[in-house]
Amino acid sequence: MSTAPAAVPMFDAARIRKDFPILGQQVHGKPLVYLDNAATAQKPKAVLDCIAKVYTEDYANVHRGVHTLSQRATELFEGAREKVQRHLNARHSHEIIFTRGTTEAINLVAQSYGRPRFKAGDEILITAMEHHSNIVPWQMLCQQTGAVLKVVPIDRTGALVLDQFEALLSNRTRLLAVAHMSNALGTINPVEKLIEQAHRHGVPVLVDGAQAIPHMAVDVRALDCDFYAFSGHKLYGPAGIGILYGKEELLDKMPPYQGGGDMIRRVTFEKTEYNTLPYKFEAGTPSIVDAIALGAAIDYVNGIGIETIAEHEHRLLAYATEQALRIPGLELVGQAADKGAILSFTLHRIHPHDIGTILDHLGIAIRAGHHCAMPVMDFFGVPATARASFGLYNTFEEVDALIAGIHEVIEVFG
Amino acid sequence: MLDQIRDLYQEVVFDHNRNPRNFRVMEDANRTIEGFNPLCGDRITLYVKIDGDGIIQDVSFQGSGCAISTASASLMTEIVRGMHESQAHALFQTFHRIATGKDETLNLEELGKLAVLAGVRAYPARVKCATLAWHSLEAAIENKQATVTTE
Repeated sequence: MSTAPAAVPMFDAARIRKDFPILGQQVHGKPLVYLDNAATAQKPKAVLDCIAKVYTEDYANVHRGVHTLSQRATELFEGAREKVQRHLNARHSHEIIFTRGTTEAINLVAQSYGRPRFKAGDEILITAMEHHSNIVPWQMLCQQTGAVLKVVPIDRTGALVLDQFEALLSNRTRLLAVAHMSNALGTINPVEKLIEQAHRHGVPVLVDGAQAIPHMAVDVRALDCDFYAFSGHKLYGPAGIGILYGKEELLDKMPPYQGGGDMIRRVTFEKTEYNTLPYKFEAGTPSIVDAIALGAAIDYVNGIGIETIAEHEHRLLAYATEQALRIPGLELVGQAADKGAILSFTLHRIHPHDIGTILDHLGIAIRAGHHCAMPVMDFFGVPATARASFGLYNTFEEVDALIAGIHEVIEVFG
Repeated sequence: MLDQIRDLYQEVVFDHNRNPRNFRVMEDANRTIEGFNPLCGDRITLYVKIDGDGIIQDVSFQGSGCAISTASASLMTEIVRGMHESQAHALFQTFHRIATGKDETLNLEELGKLAVLAGVRAYPARVKCATLAWHSLEAAIENKQATVTTE
Protein backbone atom coordinates (compact mmCIF):
# COMPACT_ATOMS: atom_id res chain seq x y z
CA MET A 1 0.00 0.00 0.00
CA SER A 2 1.36 3.43 -0.87
CA THR A 3 1.47 6.07 1.79
CA ALA A 4 -1.21 8.71 1.99
CA PRO A 5 -0.32 11.93 0.21
CA ALA A 6 0.28 14.94 2.38
CA ALA A 7 -2.88 16.74 3.44
CA VAL A 8 -4.03 19.71 1.42
CA PRO A 9 -2.27 22.85 2.56
CA MET A 10 -4.41 24.95 4.86
CA PHE A 11 -6.69 21.99 5.42
CA ASP A 12 -6.41 20.62 8.90
CA ALA A 13 -8.72 17.61 9.05
CA ALA A 14 -8.07 17.02 12.75
CA ARG A 15 -9.21 20.53 13.56
CA ILE A 16 -12.22 20.27 11.24
CA ARG A 17 -13.27 17.00 12.86
CA LYS A 18 -13.46 18.70 16.25
CA ASP A 19 -16.28 20.81 14.81
CA PHE A 20 -18.41 17.67 14.44
CA PRO A 21 -19.23 16.24 17.88
CA ILE A 22 -20.83 13.08 16.47
CA LEU A 23 -17.55 11.97 14.88
CA GLY A 24 -15.86 11.53 18.25
CA GLN A 25 -17.75 8.37 19.12
CA GLN A 26 -17.06 4.68 18.81
CA VAL A 27 -19.28 2.17 17.03
CA HIS A 28 -18.92 -1.50 17.97
CA GLY A 29 -15.83 -0.51 19.93
CA LYS A 30 -14.11 1.12 16.94
CA PRO A 31 -13.77 4.80 16.06
CA LEU A 32 -16.66 5.81 13.84
CA VAL A 33 -15.68 6.17 10.18
CA TYR A 34 -18.61 7.95 8.59
CA LEU A 35 -18.62 7.40 4.83
CA ASP A 36 -22.31 7.84 4.05
CA ASN A 37 -22.17 11.53 3.22
CA ALA A 38 -24.03 11.19 -0.07
CA ALA A 39 -27.04 10.04 1.95
CA THR A 40 -26.71 12.78 4.54
CA ALA A 41 -23.87 14.72 6.11
CA GLN A 42 -23.13 15.21 9.81
CA LYS A 43 -23.64 18.62 11.41
CA PRO A 44 -20.97 20.96 12.72
CA LYS A 45 -21.31 22.53 16.14
CA ALA A 46 -21.99 25.88 14.46
CA VAL A 47 -25.22 24.46 13.04
CA LEU A 48 -26.19 22.66 16.26
CA ASP A 49 -25.51 25.81 18.28
CA CYS A 50 -27.52 27.91 15.86
CA ILE A 51 -30.54 25.62 16.26
CA ALA A 52 -30.27 25.73 20.05
CA LYS A 53 -29.75 29.49 20.09
CA VAL A 54 -32.73 30.33 17.90
CA TYR A 55 -35.09 28.04 19.83
CA THR A 56 -33.70 29.34 23.12
CA GLU A 57 -33.63 33.06 22.37
CA ASP A 58 -35.24 34.15 19.11
CA TYR A 59 -38.00 31.73 18.22
CA ALA A 60 -41.41 32.92 17.02
CA ASN A 61 -43.45 32.63 13.85
CA VAL A 62 -42.26 34.69 10.94
CA HIS A 63 -43.76 37.48 8.83
CA ARG A 64 -47.03 38.13 10.67
CA GLY A 65 -46.01 38.99 14.17
CA VAL A 66 -45.74 42.59 15.35
CA HIS A 67 -43.81 41.58 18.44
CA THR A 68 -40.07 41.61 18.94
CA LEU A 69 -39.40 37.89 18.77
CA SER A 70 -41.34 37.54 15.56
CA GLN A 71 -39.40 40.40 14.04
CA ARG A 72 -36.15 38.85 15.14
CA ALA A 73 -37.08 35.42 13.78
CA THR A 74 -38.22 37.03 10.52
CA GLU A 75 -34.92 38.86 10.15
CA LEU A 76 -32.94 35.69 10.76
CA PHE A 77 -35.15 33.70 8.37
CA GLU A 78 -34.89 36.26 5.57
CA GLY A 79 -31.20 36.65 6.35
CA ALA A 80 -30.78 32.93 5.66
CA ARG A 81 -32.55 33.37 2.34
CA GLU A 82 -30.05 36.07 1.44
CA LYS A 83 -27.17 33.77 2.42
CA VAL A 84 -28.51 31.14 0.04
CA GLN A 85 -28.94 33.79 -2.65
CA ARG A 86 -25.31 34.87 -2.29
CA HIS A 87 -24.12 31.27 -2.12
CA LEU A 88 -25.80 30.48 -5.45
CA ASN A 89 -25.15 33.95 -6.88
CA ALA A 90 -28.86 34.34 -7.64
CA ARG A 91 -29.96 37.75 -8.86
CA HIS A 92 -32.73 38.24 -6.28
CA SER A 93 -33.44 36.77 -2.86
CA HIS A 94 -37.07 36.21 -3.91
CA GLU A 95 -35.77 33.68 -6.44
CA ILE A 96 -34.89 31.49 -3.44
CA ILE A 97 -37.83 29.33 -2.29
CA PHE A 98 -37.61 27.36 0.95
CA THR A 99 -38.89 23.81 0.50
CA ARG A 100 -38.61 20.67 2.60
CA GLY A 101 -35.81 19.36 0.39
CA THR A 102 -34.68 18.60 -3.14
CA THR A 103 -37.58 16.23 -3.71
CA GLU A 104 -40.20 18.81 -2.81
CA ALA A 105 -38.41 21.40 -4.95
CA ILE A 106 -38.55 19.11 -8.00
CA ASN A 107 -42.19 18.26 -7.35
CA LEU A 108 -42.93 21.97 -7.11
CA VAL A 109 -41.51 22.56 -10.58
CA ALA A 110 -43.27 19.50 -12.01
CA GLN A 111 -46.65 20.51 -10.64
CA SER A 112 -46.46 24.28 -10.85
CA TYR A 113 -44.37 24.78 -13.97
CA GLY A 114 -45.10 21.60 -15.93
CA ARG A 115 -48.67 20.67 -15.16
CA PRO A 116 -50.43 23.77 -16.49
CA ARG A 117 -48.21 23.94 -19.58
CA PHE A 118 -47.41 20.45 -20.82
CA LYS A 119 -49.67 18.73 -23.32
CA ALA A 120 -49.95 15.22 -24.73
CA GLY A 121 -46.92 14.43 -26.85
CA ASP A 122 -44.67 17.00 -25.16
CA GLU A 123 -41.37 15.54 -24.06
CA ILE A 124 -39.53 15.77 -20.76
CA LEU A 125 -35.86 14.88 -20.97
CA ILE A 126 -34.03 13.29 -18.04
CA THR A 127 -30.95 11.07 -17.86
CA ALA A 128 -30.34 7.42 -17.08
CA MET A 129 -28.43 8.31 -13.90
CA GLU A 130 -31.18 10.24 -12.14
CA HIS A 131 -32.20 9.65 -8.55
CA HIS A 132 -35.79 8.44 -8.18
CA SER A 133 -36.78 11.92 -6.99
CA ASN A 134 -35.82 13.29 -10.42
CA ILE A 135 -37.70 10.51 -12.23
CA VAL A 136 -40.95 9.88 -10.40
CA PRO A 137 -42.29 13.49 -10.27
CA TRP A 138 -41.90 13.61 -14.08
CA GLN A 139 -43.59 10.24 -14.53
CA MET A 140 -46.48 11.53 -12.43
CA LEU A 141 -46.59 14.66 -14.57
CA CYS A 142 -46.59 12.52 -17.72
CA GLN A 143 -49.59 10.60 -16.41
CA GLN A 144 -51.36 13.85 -15.63
CA THR A 145 -50.65 15.61 -18.93
CA GLY A 146 -49.91 12.91 -21.51
CA ALA A 147 -46.34 14.16 -21.85
CA VAL A 148 -43.64 11.59 -22.58
CA LEU A 149 -40.43 10.89 -20.66
CA LYS A 150 -37.22 10.63 -22.71
CA VAL A 151 -34.02 9.35 -21.18
CA VAL A 152 -30.46 10.31 -22.16
CA PRO A 153 -28.39 7.10 -21.90
CA ILE A 154 -25.10 6.63 -20.06
CA ASP A 155 -22.02 4.68 -21.09
CA ARG A 156 -20.15 1.98 -19.16
CA THR A 157 -18.05 4.55 -17.31
CA GLY A 158 -21.23 6.15 -16.05
CA ALA A 159 -20.93 9.30 -18.17
CA LEU A 160 -23.75 10.74 -20.26
CA VAL A 161 -23.73 9.85 -23.96
CA LEU A 162 -23.65 13.43 -25.18
CA ASP A 163 -24.36 12.63 -28.84
CA GLN A 164 -27.58 11.00 -27.74
CA PHE A 165 -28.47 14.03 -25.69
CA GLU A 166 -28.21 16.21 -28.77
CA ALA A 167 -30.31 13.74 -30.75
CA LEU A 168 -33.01 13.51 -28.06
CA LEU A 169 -33.51 17.28 -27.91
CA SER A 170 -36.38 18.02 -30.23
CA ASN A 171 -38.96 20.68 -30.89
CA ARG A 172 -41.26 18.67 -28.64
CA THR A 173 -38.87 18.87 -25.66
CA ARG A 174 -40.38 21.08 -22.97
CA LEU A 175 -37.90 20.61 -20.12
CA LEU A 176 -34.56 19.05 -19.29
CA ALA A 177 -34.18 17.78 -15.70
CA VAL A 178 -30.65 16.62 -14.94
CA ALA A 179 -28.52 15.77 -11.92
CA HIS A 180 -25.48 17.99 -11.44
CA MET A 181 -23.76 14.99 -9.82
CA SER A 182 -24.94 11.36 -9.64
CA ASN A 183 -25.50 9.94 -6.16
CA ALA A 184 -24.93 6.35 -7.31
CA LEU A 185 -21.93 6.87 -9.61
CA GLY A 186 -20.35 10.14 -8.59
CA THR A 187 -20.47 11.35 -12.20
CA ILE A 188 -20.40 15.12 -12.52
CA ASN A 189 -22.42 16.16 -15.55
CA PRO A 190 -21.31 18.99 -17.83
CA VAL A 191 -24.44 20.93 -16.93
CA GLU A 192 -23.20 24.25 -18.28
CA LYS A 193 -22.84 22.71 -21.74
CA LEU A 194 -26.16 20.84 -21.46
CA ILE A 195 -27.96 24.02 -20.44
CA GLU A 196 -26.46 25.93 -23.34
CA GLN A 197 -27.53 23.27 -25.82
CA ALA A 198 -31.01 22.99 -24.31
CA HIS A 199 -31.46 26.75 -24.40
CA ARG A 200 -30.52 26.80 -28.09
CA HIS A 201 -33.65 24.68 -28.56
CA GLY A 202 -35.63 26.95 -26.23
CA VAL A 203 -35.76 24.23 -23.55
CA PRO A 204 -35.62 25.29 -19.89
CA VAL A 205 -33.43 23.28 -17.52
CA LEU A 206 -33.85 22.10 -13.94
CA VAL A 207 -30.64 21.00 -12.24
CA ASP A 208 -30.89 18.54 -9.34
CA GLY A 209 -28.03 19.80 -7.20
CA ALA A 210 -28.59 17.52 -4.19
CA GLN A 211 -25.19 15.84 -4.55
CA ALA A 212 -23.25 18.69 -6.10
CA ILE A 213 -23.92 21.47 -3.62
CA PRO A 214 -21.67 20.12 -0.79
CA HIS A 215 -18.74 19.55 -3.15
CA MET A 216 -18.44 22.46 -5.55
CA ALA A 217 -19.17 26.11 -6.08
CA VAL A 218 -22.48 26.61 -7.83
CA ASP A 219 -23.23 29.85 -9.66
CA VAL A 220 -26.75 29.73 -11.05
CA ARG A 221 -26.19 32.84 -13.16
CA ALA A 222 -23.01 31.51 -14.73
CA LEU A 223 -24.76 28.18 -15.38
CA ASP A 224 -27.84 30.05 -16.60
CA CYS A 225 -30.01 27.20 -15.29
CA ASP A 226 -33.72 27.93 -14.97
CA PHE A 227 -34.20 25.95 -11.75
CA TYR A 228 -31.70 24.58 -9.23
CA ALA A 229 -32.79 22.30 -6.38
CA PHE A 230 -30.87 21.12 -3.32
CA SER A 231 -31.27 19.95 0.27
CA GLY A 232 -29.88 21.39 3.48
CA HIS A 233 -29.01 18.08 5.10
CA LYS A 234 -26.36 17.10 2.57
CA LEU A 235 -24.69 20.51 2.98
CA TYR A 236 -24.02 19.97 6.71
CA GLY A 237 -27.31 21.71 7.54
CA PRO A 238 -30.54 20.37 9.04
CA ALA A 239 -32.83 17.82 7.40
CA GLY A 240 -36.27 19.00 6.39
CA ILE A 241 -35.15 22.15 4.63
CA GLY A 242 -34.27 22.58 0.98
CA ILE A 243 -34.07 25.16 -1.72
CA LEU A 244 -35.59 25.76 -5.07
CA TYR A 245 -33.88 28.48 -7.04
CA GLY A 246 -35.87 29.64 -10.03
CA LYS A 247 -35.51 32.50 -12.47
CA GLU A 248 -37.87 35.28 -11.50
CA GLU A 249 -39.59 35.46 -14.87
CA LEU A 250 -40.47 31.75 -14.68
CA LEU A 251 -41.49 31.71 -11.02
CA ASP A 252 -43.68 34.76 -11.58
CA LYS A 253 -45.74 32.94 -14.18
CA MET A 254 -46.16 29.79 -12.11
CA PRO A 255 -49.28 29.23 -9.99
CA PRO A 256 -48.82 28.33 -6.30
CA TYR A 257 -48.03 24.70 -5.59
CA GLN A 258 -49.78 24.43 -2.23
CA GLY A 259 -52.47 26.61 -0.67
CA GLY A 260 -52.57 28.25 2.75
CA GLY A 261 -50.56 30.43 5.08
CA ASP A 262 -47.86 32.66 3.70
CA MET A 263 -48.81 32.23 0.06
CA ILE A 264 -51.91 34.36 0.50
CA ARG A 265 -52.36 38.09 0.27
CA ARG A 266 -56.13 38.32 0.53
CA VAL A 267 -58.77 35.64 0.81
CA THR A 268 -62.49 35.90 0.23
CA PHE A 269 -64.72 32.94 -0.52
CA GLU A 270 -64.93 34.14 -4.13
CA LYS A 271 -61.26 34.62 -4.81
CA THR A 272 -57.81 34.40 -3.31
CA GLU A 273 -55.15 36.89 -4.21
CA TYR A 274 -51.75 35.26 -4.07
CA ASN A 275 -48.74 36.70 -2.38
CA THR A 276 -45.66 37.77 -4.30
CA LEU A 277 -42.45 35.78 -4.65
CA PRO A 278 -41.07 33.95 -2.81
CA TYR A 279 -44.01 33.62 -0.38
CA LYS A 280 -46.34 32.46 -3.14
CA PHE A 281 -44.56 29.10 -2.92
CA GLU A 282 -44.17 28.90 0.84
CA ALA A 283 -47.56 27.79 2.12
CA GLY A 284 -47.91 27.25 5.85
CA THR A 285 -45.43 27.94 8.61
CA PRO A 286 -42.02 27.19 7.15
CA SER A 287 -39.32 25.19 8.87
CA ILE A 288 -38.07 28.44 10.41
CA VAL A 289 -35.14 27.30 12.50
CA ASP A 290 -33.95 24.78 9.93
CA ALA A 291 -33.84 27.54 7.32
CA ILE A 292 -31.83 29.76 9.66
CA ALA A 293 -29.50 26.86 10.48
CA LEU A 294 -29.02 26.18 6.77
CA GLY A 295 -27.66 29.71 6.64
CA ALA A 296 -25.25 28.76 9.44
CA ALA A 297 -24.17 25.67 7.49
CA ILE A 298 -23.44 27.81 4.43
CA ASP A 299 -21.38 30.17 6.60
CA TYR A 300 -19.50 27.18 7.98
CA VAL A 301 -18.72 25.73 4.56
CA ASN A 302 -17.66 29.12 3.23
CA GLY A 303 -15.47 29.62 6.28
CA ILE A 304 -13.41 26.66 5.10
CA GLY A 305 -13.89 27.43 1.43
CA ILE A 306 -15.74 25.21 -1.01
CA GLU A 307 -12.68 25.04 -3.31
CA THR A 308 -10.54 23.81 -0.42
CA ILE A 309 -13.19 21.19 0.43
CA ALA A 310 -13.41 20.10 -3.21
CA GLU A 311 -9.64 19.70 -3.45
CA HIS A 312 -9.45 17.68 -0.24
CA GLU A 313 -12.27 15.39 -1.36
CA HIS A 314 -10.72 14.88 -4.78
CA ARG A 315 -7.48 13.76 -3.17
CA LEU A 316 -9.41 11.39 -0.91
CA LEU A 317 -11.25 9.96 -3.91
CA ALA A 318 -8.07 9.54 -5.96
CA TYR A 319 -6.37 7.80 -3.04
CA ALA A 320 -9.37 5.57 -2.32
CA THR A 321 -9.79 4.67 -6.00
CA GLU A 322 -6.13 3.74 -6.35
CA GLN A 323 -6.28 1.53 -3.22
CA ALA A 324 -9.63 -0.03 -4.12
CA LEU A 325 -8.58 -1.03 -7.63
CA ARG A 326 -5.83 -3.21 -6.14
CA ILE A 327 -8.37 -5.36 -4.31
CA PRO A 328 -9.02 -8.58 -6.22
CA GLY A 329 -12.66 -9.01 -7.16
CA LEU A 330 -13.52 -5.38 -6.55
CA GLU A 331 -15.26 -3.53 -9.35
CA LEU A 332 -15.88 0.17 -9.37
CA VAL A 333 -19.31 1.16 -10.61
CA GLY A 334 -18.95 4.62 -12.10
CA GLN A 335 -15.58 5.69 -13.45
CA ALA A 336 -16.49 8.82 -15.36
CA ALA A 337 -13.62 11.19 -16.07
CA ASP A 338 -15.31 13.98 -14.12
CA LYS A 339 -16.35 12.52 -10.80
CA GLY A 340 -17.17 13.61 -7.26
CA ALA A 341 -16.09 11.92 -4.04
CA ILE A 342 -18.19 8.77 -4.32
CA LEU A 343 -16.76 5.26 -4.46
CA SER A 344 -19.46 2.84 -5.57
CA PHE A 345 -18.30 -0.77 -5.85
CA THR A 346 -19.14 -4.43 -5.87
CA LEU A 347 -17.13 -7.42 -4.66
CA HIS A 348 -17.15 -10.70 -6.51
CA ARG A 349 -19.75 -13.03 -4.98
CA ILE A 350 -20.30 -10.85 -1.93
CA HIS A 351 -23.53 -8.91 -1.79
CA PRO A 352 -23.26 -5.19 -0.86
CA HIS A 353 -25.63 -5.72 2.05
CA ASP A 354 -23.22 -8.23 3.57
CA ILE A 355 -20.33 -5.83 2.96
CA GLY A 356 -22.26 -3.10 4.77
CA THR A 357 -23.00 -5.24 7.83
CA ILE A 358 -19.40 -6.39 8.25
CA LEU A 359 -17.96 -2.90 7.73
CA ASP A 360 -20.44 -1.59 10.31
CA HIS A 361 -18.88 -4.00 12.78
CA LEU A 362 -15.59 -2.25 12.14
CA GLY A 363 -17.24 1.10 12.85
CA ILE A 364 -17.37 2.01 9.16
CA ALA A 365 -20.66 3.43 7.93
CA ILE A 366 -21.22 3.00 4.20
CA ARG A 367 -24.38 2.65 2.14
CA ALA A 368 -25.41 -0.63 0.54
CA GLY A 369 -28.29 -0.81 -1.86
CA HIS A 370 -29.64 0.73 -5.02
CA HIS A 371 -29.28 4.31 -3.72
CA CYS A 372 -32.73 5.22 -5.04
CA ALA A 373 -31.32 4.92 -8.54
CA MET A 374 -32.65 1.53 -9.60
CA PRO A 375 -32.35 2.27 -13.34
CA VAL A 376 -28.61 2.81 -12.81
CA MET A 377 -28.34 -0.60 -11.10
CA ASP A 378 -30.27 -2.20 -13.98
CA PHE A 379 -27.92 -0.60 -16.49
CA PHE A 380 -24.84 -2.03 -14.80
CA GLY A 381 -26.58 -5.35 -14.21
CA VAL A 382 -26.12 -5.32 -10.45
CA PRO A 383 -28.86 -5.51 -7.80
CA ALA A 384 -27.03 -3.04 -5.59
CA THR A 385 -23.64 -1.52 -4.86
CA ALA A 386 -21.66 -0.69 -1.75
CA ARG A 387 -21.03 3.04 -1.66
CA ALA A 388 -18.49 4.99 0.33
CA SER A 389 -19.02 8.73 -0.03
CA PHE A 390 -16.70 11.34 1.40
CA GLY A 391 -17.24 14.66 3.09
CA LEU A 392 -15.02 17.49 4.23
CA TYR A 393 -14.17 15.80 7.56
CA ASN A 394 -12.97 12.49 6.12
CA THR A 395 -9.28 11.60 6.25
CA PHE A 396 -6.76 9.44 4.45
CA GLU A 397 -6.59 7.26 7.58
CA GLU A 398 -10.30 6.61 7.16
CA VAL A 399 -9.73 5.55 3.57
CA ASP A 400 -7.11 3.13 4.90
CA ALA A 401 -9.66 1.83 7.42
CA LEU A 402 -12.17 1.31 4.61
CA ILE A 403 -9.67 -0.58 2.48
CA ALA A 404 -8.59 -2.73 5.43
CA GLY A 405 -12.27 -3.33 6.18
CA ILE A 406 -12.95 -4.52 2.64
CA HIS A 407 -10.06 -6.97 3.01
CA GLU A 408 -11.69 -8.25 6.22
CA VAL A 409 -15.00 -8.70 4.43
CA ILE A 410 -13.26 -10.83 1.83
CA GLU A 411 -11.56 -12.81 4.59
CA VAL A 412 -14.83 -13.43 6.44
CA PHE A 413 -16.41 -14.67 3.24
CA GLY A 414 -13.41 -16.86 2.59
CA MET B 1 -15.40 -8.31 15.97
CA LEU B 2 -15.10 -11.38 13.82
CA ASP B 3 -16.47 -13.53 16.65
CA GLN B 4 -19.59 -11.45 16.80
CA ILE B 5 -20.05 -11.42 13.06
CA ARG B 6 -19.75 -15.20 13.05
CA ASP B 7 -23.02 -15.37 14.96
CA LEU B 8 -24.66 -13.92 11.89
CA TYR B 9 -22.46 -15.48 9.26
CA GLN B 10 -22.17 -19.07 10.41
CA GLU B 11 -20.48 -21.63 8.19
CA VAL B 12 -23.86 -23.10 7.31
CA VAL B 13 -24.92 -19.70 6.00
CA PHE B 14 -21.82 -19.44 3.81
CA ASP B 15 -22.35 -22.99 2.59
CA HIS B 16 -25.95 -22.31 1.53
CA ASN B 17 -24.95 -18.95 0.05
CA ARG B 18 -22.23 -20.50 -2.10
CA ASN B 19 -24.22 -23.56 -3.05
CA PRO B 20 -27.88 -22.77 -2.69
CA ARG B 21 -30.05 -25.90 -2.59
CA ASN B 22 -33.06 -26.27 -4.89
CA PHE B 23 -31.88 -23.32 -6.93
CA ARG B 24 -33.85 -24.08 -10.09
CA VAL B 25 -36.96 -23.31 -12.03
CA MET B 26 -39.79 -25.77 -11.30
CA GLU B 27 -41.73 -26.39 -14.50
CA ASP B 28 -44.71 -28.05 -12.82
CA ALA B 29 -45.07 -25.71 -9.84
CA ASN B 30 -48.66 -24.88 -9.01
CA ARG B 31 -47.69 -21.70 -7.15
CA THR B 32 -45.09 -19.20 -8.40
CA ILE B 33 -44.39 -16.08 -6.39
CA GLU B 34 -42.12 -13.10 -6.97
CA GLY B 35 -40.58 -11.73 -3.80
CA PHE B 36 -38.83 -8.39 -3.68
CA ASN B 37 -37.06 -6.40 -1.00
CA PRO B 38 -37.13 -2.82 -2.28
CA LEU B 39 -34.69 -1.73 0.41
CA CYS B 40 -31.76 -3.66 -1.02
CA GLY B 41 -33.03 -4.92 -4.35
CA ASP B 42 -33.10 -8.59 -3.34
CA ARG B 43 -35.31 -10.61 -5.65
CA ILE B 44 -36.60 -14.14 -5.42
CA THR B 45 -38.86 -16.28 -7.55
CA LEU B 46 -40.28 -19.05 -5.42
CA TYR B 47 -41.77 -22.18 -6.99
CA VAL B 48 -44.01 -24.38 -4.85
CA LYS B 49 -45.95 -27.55 -5.51
CA ILE B 50 -48.68 -28.16 -2.96
CA ASP B 51 -50.93 -31.20 -3.25
CA GLY B 52 -54.65 -31.43 -2.51
CA ASP B 53 -53.97 -32.33 1.13
CA GLY B 54 -51.95 -29.17 1.69
CA ILE B 55 -48.62 -31.02 1.72
CA ILE B 56 -45.67 -29.12 0.23
CA GLN B 57 -44.41 -31.65 -2.29
CA ASP B 58 -41.61 -29.57 -3.74
CA VAL B 59 -40.16 -26.09 -3.41
CA SER B 60 -37.40 -24.33 -5.32
CA PHE B 61 -36.20 -20.80 -5.98
CA GLN B 62 -34.18 -18.51 -8.15
CA GLY B 63 -33.06 -14.96 -7.65
CA SER B 64 -30.32 -12.74 -6.36
CA GLY B 65 -29.69 -11.47 -2.89
CA CYS B 66 -27.28 -11.17 -0.02
CA ALA B 67 -25.82 -14.15 1.82
CA ILE B 68 -28.49 -14.01 4.48
CA SER B 69 -31.42 -13.96 2.08
CA THR B 70 -29.93 -16.62 -0.19
CA ALA B 71 -29.07 -18.93 2.71
CA SER B 72 -32.48 -18.41 4.25
CA ALA B 73 -34.23 -19.28 0.99
CA SER B 74 -32.01 -22.31 0.46
CA LEU B 75 -32.54 -23.61 3.99
CA MET B 76 -36.25 -23.01 3.74
CA THR B 77 -36.58 -25.13 0.62
CA GLU B 78 -34.91 -28.00 2.45
CA ILE B 79 -36.90 -27.62 5.65
CA VAL B 80 -40.45 -27.21 4.37
CA ARG B 81 -40.50 -29.97 1.80
CA GLY B 82 -42.94 -32.60 3.01
CA MET B 83 -44.47 -30.29 5.60
CA HIS B 84 -48.15 -29.50 5.72
CA GLU B 85 -48.65 -25.85 4.83
CA SER B 86 -49.93 -25.17 8.35
CA GLN B 87 -46.67 -26.56 9.80
CA ALA B 88 -44.62 -24.34 7.51
CA HIS B 89 -46.74 -21.38 8.54
CA ALA B 90 -46.24 -22.16 12.24
CA LEU B 91 -42.47 -22.55 11.81
CA PHE B 92 -42.27 -19.19 10.07
CA GLN B 93 -44.27 -17.58 12.89
CA THR B 94 -41.78 -18.90 15.42
CA PHE B 95 -38.80 -17.85 13.31
CA HIS B 96 -40.26 -14.40 12.77
CA ARG B 97 -40.86 -13.91 16.50
CA ILE B 98 -37.29 -14.88 17.29
CA ALA B 99 -35.72 -12.95 14.39
CA THR B 100 -37.55 -9.75 15.29
CA GLY B 101 -36.73 -10.15 18.97
CA LYS B 102 -40.41 -10.37 19.91
CA ASP B 103 -39.79 -13.69 21.60
CA GLU B 104 -37.76 -13.19 24.76
CA THR B 105 -37.41 -16.92 25.38
CA LEU B 106 -35.02 -18.08 22.74
CA ASN B 107 -35.87 -21.69 22.07
CA LEU B 108 -33.61 -22.56 19.19
CA GLU B 109 -34.69 -26.18 19.25
CA GLU B 110 -38.08 -25.15 17.99
CA LEU B 111 -36.34 -23.73 14.93
CA GLY B 112 -34.39 -26.83 14.02
CA LYS B 113 -31.96 -26.11 11.17
CA LEU B 114 -33.30 -22.59 10.95
CA ALA B 115 -31.49 -21.82 14.19
CA VAL B 116 -28.37 -20.84 12.23
CA LEU B 117 -30.26 -17.74 11.15
CA ALA B 118 -31.32 -16.74 14.66
CA GLY B 119 -28.24 -14.49 14.84
CA VAL B 120 -30.12 -12.05 12.64
CA ARG B 121 -32.02 -10.84 15.73
CA ALA B 122 -28.96 -8.71 16.61
CA TYR B 123 -29.23 -7.04 13.18
CA PRO B 124 -32.65 -5.43 12.77
CA ALA B 125 -31.64 -4.16 9.33
CA ARG B 126 -31.14 -7.74 8.17
CA VAL B 127 -34.38 -9.33 9.40
CA LYS B 128 -36.05 -8.58 6.08
CA CYS B 129 -33.26 -10.39 4.26
CA ALA B 130 -33.81 -13.48 6.38
CA THR B 131 -37.58 -13.46 5.97
CA LEU B 132 -38.01 -12.59 2.28
CA ALA B 133 -38.25 -16.20 1.13
CA TRP B 134 -40.61 -16.98 3.98
CA HIS B 135 -42.93 -14.10 3.18
CA SER B 136 -42.97 -15.42 -0.38
CA LEU B 137 -43.84 -18.90 0.87
CA GLU B 138 -46.67 -17.47 2.99
CA ALA B 139 -48.03 -15.78 -0.12
CA ALA B 140 -47.70 -19.02 -2.07
CA ILE B 141 -49.65 -20.85 0.62
CA GLU B 142 -52.34 -18.18 0.49
CA ASN B 143 -52.06 -18.37 -3.30
CA LYS B 144 -51.51 -14.65 -3.75
CA GLN B 145 -50.60 -13.47 -7.22
CA ALA B 146 -49.06 -10.06 -6.67
CA THR B 147 -45.38 -9.47 -6.01
CA VAL B 148 -44.52 -9.89 -2.35
CA THR B 149 -42.44 -7.20 -0.73
CA THR B 150 -40.99 -7.04 2.73
CA GLU B 151 -41.91 -3.37 3.10
